[in-house]
Formats: sequence, C-alpha cells, structure tokens
Amino acid sequence: MKRRDTLKAISLTGFGLAVTPVEAAVPAPPTPKPLKIPGGRQKFEAERDAKLMGEKFFTPHELQTVTVLSDIIIPADAKSGSASQAGVPAFIEFMMKDQPGNQTPMRGGLRWIDNTSKRLFGNDFVACTKAQQIELVDQIAYPKLAKPGMTQGASFFSMMRNLTASGFYTSKMGIEDIGYVGNVPNQWNGVPNDVLKQYGLAYEEREIAGYE
Amino acid sequence: MFIGQDELEAVKVSPVLLCIVYYVSNQISLLFTYSFMNSFHLNHAPTEYDVVIVGSGAGGGMAAYTLAKAGAKVLLLEAGGYFDPADPKYITQLKWPYESPRRGAGTTRAFGDFDAAWGGWDIEGEPYTTVKGTEFHWFRSRMLGGRTNHWGRISLRFAPDDFRRKSMTGVGEDWPIGYNDISPFYDRVDKLIGVFGSKEGMESEPDGYFLPPPKPRLHELMIRKGARSIGVPVIPSRLSILTKAINDERGACFYCNQCGRACQAYADFSSSSVLVKPALKTGNVTLVNGAMVREVTTDPATGLATGVNYIDKATMDDVKIKAKVVMLAASTGETARLLLNSKSSRFPQGLANSSGVVGKYINDSTGASRSAFIPALMDRKRYNEDGVGGMHVFTPWWLDNKKLDFPRGYHIEYWGGMGMPAYGFGWGVEAMNGMIAARDGSMKAGGGYGAGLKDDFRRFYGAYVGMAGRGEPVPLESNYCEIDPSVVDKYGIPVLRFNYKWGDYEIRQAKHMQDTFEEIIHSMGGIALGSKPDASNNYGLAEPGKIIHEVGTVRMGNDPKNSVLNKFQQAHDVKNLFVVDAAAFPSQGDKNVTWTILAASMRTSEYLFDQVKKKNI
Repeated sequence: MKRRDTLKAISLTGFGLAVTPVEAAVPAPPTPKPLKIPGGRQKFEAERDAKLMGEKFFTPHELQTVTVLSDIIIPADAKSGSASQAGVPAFIEFMMKDQPGNQTPMRGGLRWIDNTSKRLFGNDFVACTKAQQIELVDQIAYPKLAKPGMTQGASFFSMMRNLTASGFYTSKMGIEDIGYVGNVPNQWNGVPNDVLKQYGLAYEEREIAGYE
Repeated sequence: MFIGQDELEAVKVSPVLLCIVYYVSNQISLLFTYSFMNSFHLNHAPTEYDVVIVGSGAGGGMAAYTLAKAGAKVLLLEAGGYFDPADPKYITQLKWPYESPRRGAGTTRAFGDFDAAWGGWDIEGEPYTTVKGTEFHWFRSRMLGGRTNHWGRISLRFAPDDFRRKSMTGVGEDWPIGYNDISPFYDRVDKLIGVFGSKEGMESEPDGYFLPPPKPRLHELMIRKGARSIGVPVIPSRLSILTKAINDERGACFYCNQCGRACQAYADFSSSSVLVKPALKTGNVTLVNGAMVREVTTDPATGLATGVNYIDKATMDDVKIKAKVVMLAASTGETARLLLNSKSSRFPQGLANSSGVVGKYINDSTGASRSAFIPALMDRKRYNEDGVGGMHVFTPWWLDNKKLDFPRGYHIEYWGGMGMPAYGFGWGVEAMNGMIAARDGSMKAGGGYGAGLKDDFRRFYGAYVGMAGRGEPVPLESNYCEIDPSVVDKYGIPVLRFNYKWGDYEIRQAKHMQDTFEEIIHSMGGIALGSKPDASNNYGLAEPGKIIHEVGTVRMGNDPKNSVLNKFQQAHDVKNLFVVDAAAFPSQGDKNVTWTILAASMRTSEYLFDQVKKKNI
C-alpha cells in the first residue's frame, strides 16, 4: 500500500476520536467483595487477577497516547473495527501490571514519543495533527530504516505493534477478522476436497478407505 | 474418600455415592482377590494400608488402578489439589482467548492461562538449586494426575533396540529387561487407555493396538510430501486420544485441539481422568490431596519400609502413615529426593542407596526446533482444522547412527495451521513482512502499520509451520541431582540441587536436527525463520529439563552395585519398596516415556501382587 493510501485509510477511520473519555477504556476498580474463583483458575491466580484489576498503571494522558497509537497500528476498515474498538488499550494496561517488565519500556517509550514530537512539532504526540503523527510514526515503524536518533522509538513502536496485534486478534472482533472458525465440537474429516485440489495434494488410499 | 485442601466440597457431596460404590465394588473384588486380601489381613478401617503410593501421575495412577482392582487397600498421596476436567470449577477447554485478561499468556502458568497443568518450572515456596556452571529446569505439576495433564499425548513404545543401546554402541546402559518382557503390558495399556496410530511394520517403532488416526491437515500433507521427497519418513502420529469411544466412561474426541487444557469428555489420557477415577470407584483407594511426602520410614531392625511421613499442606500437620508396601511415583526428581531425604543409621546415604546411584544419570530428552513461513499457504481458504490436540503426523528416527557422529536418534514433531489466536499472535511481524512481496508484487520494509499491516496479518494467517526434534541423550554419571546442604522448601524439606551439562553427542545430534529442519523446510518451498542456530548456541539445544522428559535417577539393573532397583523396579536393598515412575528407567529412547511408565507400572504392580500371593513380601 502506498503511503498516500495509508493516510487515506487512517483518516477514514477517524482514529483519535475514540479516545474520549479515556478512563472508560480501563474499567474502574471493582468494589471489594468476597472473591469468586472463576472456573479454570487456581485461587492464587484469581486473587492475583483481582488485585491487578484494582490497580491503575497508565495516566489518562498515557492511555490517550496508547489509544491513538494502537488505532494507527490497527485502524478500522471495511472488514473490522479498530484496536481501541476491540478493547486493546485495556489489554495493554493489564499486561503492564501482569508482566511488570513491560512497564519501563512502555512508560519510557510513551515519553520518548512526546519528547520527540515536541522537538519536531512543538506538541505532545496526541496534540499533533494526524499528518504530524504519521510523519513521526513513519520514522519508527520500519526498524531497519530507522535513522540514528529514531532507533529507540522504533523499538518502542515494535513493542506497541506486538501488543496491539496480540490484543486485537485475540478479541472477538479480531478472531472474526482473521477467520478462525474452530473452538467448537466437530468431526475432523480431513482437508476439504477443493482445497486439496487447489494445492495438488491427495490423501493416501488407507486414509480414504480407512485403516484396518 | 477425598481429603485435601481444595476438596471440602467434594467431601460434602460424595459420601452417599461413594458408600454405594464402595459396597458394590467390595462384593465384586472379594470374589477375585481373596488371596491378596487374606495375605494382608485387612480390616475396613485400616490403620495400616496394604500399599501407600506417592504421586498420582502416570506411574502412581496405574499402580493405584491395578492394585485397587486386585483388591489391595491403597492410600494414594498427591502433593497437589484435586482435579477433574469435567467439573466447571476446573474447565478451561473451549474458552476463548478474551476470557483471559492476559489472553492466555503464560504469566502464572508456564504454558498459558488455559493449560491444564498447575505448577511449572518455578513454584513459590518450593525452590531447587543448580551447581554453578550447570543448568537444569525442573517442571513440576502439583495436581491430581500430575504432569499427565500437560503433555502431547505422544504414546510411543520403546523398540527392542531401545533396551540394549549399551550393547550396541558401548555407551550408556542396557535395561535389565527387553521388549518381550514389556510388550504384553504395552498391549494391555493400548486397549485399556486407547491410542491412535497406524501399523507400519517398522522395527524401530513397534506397532500396537491402534484406533484410527486422524487425517493429516493441509500443512501436514505439505510437510509429508516435502520430507518424503528428501528421504525423511512421515507417518501418522500415535497419540492417546480416543478417535472412537472405547467404553462407557469416556467419550470420543470432538476435535477441539485442546488436549493440553484437559478434556471434559475424558477423550484424552490423563492419569487423573482415566486411572485414578476408576480406581477410586473400586472403593479400595483412599486419595489424599495436598500431601507433601517428606520421608519414607523404615524399621531399624528389619530394614523394611514401614510407611511414609507427609506434611498436610492445608494444616501443616506432620502425618504418619503405616503401610506394608511403599511405592514411589513422585516423578524422577521427587522420587530421588524422597529416597535421599530418607536417611537413617541403617541407610546413611539415603534409602535404597547402598550403590550411591540414587540421583545419578538423570537425563532429559534433547530438543531443538525451527519454524518457517510457507508462501504457498498465504491467503488460504478458512475452515476448521483444529483436529486433535497435537500433530496428526510425525517423523520417526530413520537413520543409522553407525554412519553418524552421534550415537542416538531423534524423532520430529510438527505444528502449524490455522490455530486459535492467543497471546503472542502477530508478535515480531517486523522480521517477517519485509521478506514477502505485497499483493502488487512490491517489496516494502519490515514493520509498518495501518490497513497494509492488517492485510498482512490476514494473508499470513495459517501460513506458518514448525518442527521440533526430540532425541535420546546418553545418560551420564556426571549428570545428577543431590540434596542441597543448605536450602529447604517452605515445608522444611531439604531441596534438590542439580548438576547437569549436555555432552558432545547431544550437541552433535542437535546440529543434525537443525540441518534436517532446513532441508525439510526447503523441500516444501518454505522460508526458515530466524537465523539458523549454530555452535555459539549449541545448535538451539534446549536447556536440560526444558523438554520435561527427565528419567533415570533411581535406575533399575541386574547389578546392585550400579543400580537401585531390580528388573521389577523393586529396591535391591528394601524388598517392600518399589519405584513406578520414570526414575527407574536406565534410558529413554527417543520415545516419550509415558507409555513405558504405564506398562512398567502395570508390570510392577502385578509382580507385587504375585509376590504377596507367594508370601515373599
């Protein structure tokens, strides 16, 4: 896709609009009540999850920046919605608390983005125009092309892309987008015939006739 | 009866049912087991059990099943909690990634939120240590059924040659038994538990009683075609998953690909679902969960085992158990630890350790892997190809080691296809999408964002494959575990210290794996991902313990000077002490050992039964 088309696609999605109110992206801590252990969880896991859910990592400004970046990475298109529409910012917030090793690269990376956008455009990243935001993102979105001075930003953007992709494609919206149709009881009868034909493959005699 | 930290509920709901089961099964078992019971002078509220079994994994589950069916009064001690994958309390099967706040990431469980196995390589309060400059990672599953709740269900028989590698190659150790000793038990395990596969007539992969194997998936057909074109065989896998129902207690596979989450239809094998449950139904087994055994007790006068002491994890009480026979099935590491911690004036080096061999010769499978991108699979048609929980085809060892610079073989496992997205999906795409031309044929730099990136994810989905070698190591005396002189766990029990280093044979074997992986990937038109592992990283050879196939710390043999157990896995030094887990195995072949643990445990349990009848024990 040419850069002009990318810009067009992004402007169509209206990214940046989905960010208010930012607090809504991360649910408020639940009021303390006796812990119910969800099915499939061990007690210590349920307690740990409940504790993490009650904590907040991102400041509103950071969360807004995460939201804008995630929607640049995964915008809405004809087939599915955007990262923020799929709940990606809340997932990233949780992963910061769940795996604290993420915290410094994330917090520092968000700060790097603001430091850099202030130097280039005189504004925090989220206060920049869409064109300015894309101008900066283009300098950090391709690690092998990143110029000296932009490489730390490229590492941060790769982290954001990883978390955004994982968060989006593990959501209901993302699973439908990617076309995964399993996770239901069924009977496996082999690769469909039209697919076998497409790839010039065939089952062996014993696989068709059945094993003794 | 159920006792244990998590099981107050079970105790409340089950007594009526269990009483009925107990009564009926006792009437039946009495008919068959008069002599066994008579020899043991049983009463119905035993203060002394016939047999105490430590551990409810493959070995302990099979022993409990076999002995309970024969009428023995068994106490089964499990360090972890109760588990039943059909109880909603424990079910993770058929859940979606978004039902986990971390989308299934492995933060608190090594293999992710939905994996059935509790525990992992690190358990809070239960440390282990390693000697400086060596490495070992010890995976433990604290739960009913143990590590049978986490495995690929790969159920291979050892071949005749797997029992006599020393005679054939001059290195390693022979077993005191051969294929003919154990094959009748493999047959019975096949029929009792169920395994799918295909008869191939290969000397190195003995056939069994097989259920029909599932047809290969698309990427598996491509792997098969490519690998065969370069002389690497690919045959249907052999997994203990019921592609057809075999009895009324267990359902058939419904192809969700999630055996690792444990099956609510009991269509896959785990010791808890398939052995412990029916064993409990006999009424002859008392199960205690949360029992951390710390010592096997002995009679100073006779030197015989008298029972065990355990810490009740819920109350921290120290509980003394008396039993006529002690069977250890706590895992290769825990069984050795227990013997080494059972020191007395009569057994100053630890119990059953006059040879000094306990803890030595620990050996894990070798493992190395590579993944690839298959351009021909881009933009593939979507359909449900979940299949069974694991590979539908594999490559058995196919070469002659006499012509190679390493003495043992390996098999290759495969994965790939349109799996359910999970944490990690899309990770590292910047290293990938710069290699693949866009729809219009143009190349772009790796990374990116926006609609183009979204399109890449759609195009690439289901176009990855991976393969992993699992090989046989040569067991070494210099690889061992011992009691750490200064560290205890939260129960006050001295912990294991490991000393393990891979040898040159294993590193050369991993090099061969890597060369083979690239040949297979190229044969199917794939692009191998990442850089090829080389000498600087031992050719990608996994750190010891990472494959979770460790065996050999309490090995059997004919010579009491260099083995701990006789050929029936009975301690040379203590005739009423048995080991029925993989600690007993002198070697492991390139075959995942679960099927051999099951067959050997059944054989040992029946030997015990026979010895009791003959009044030798």
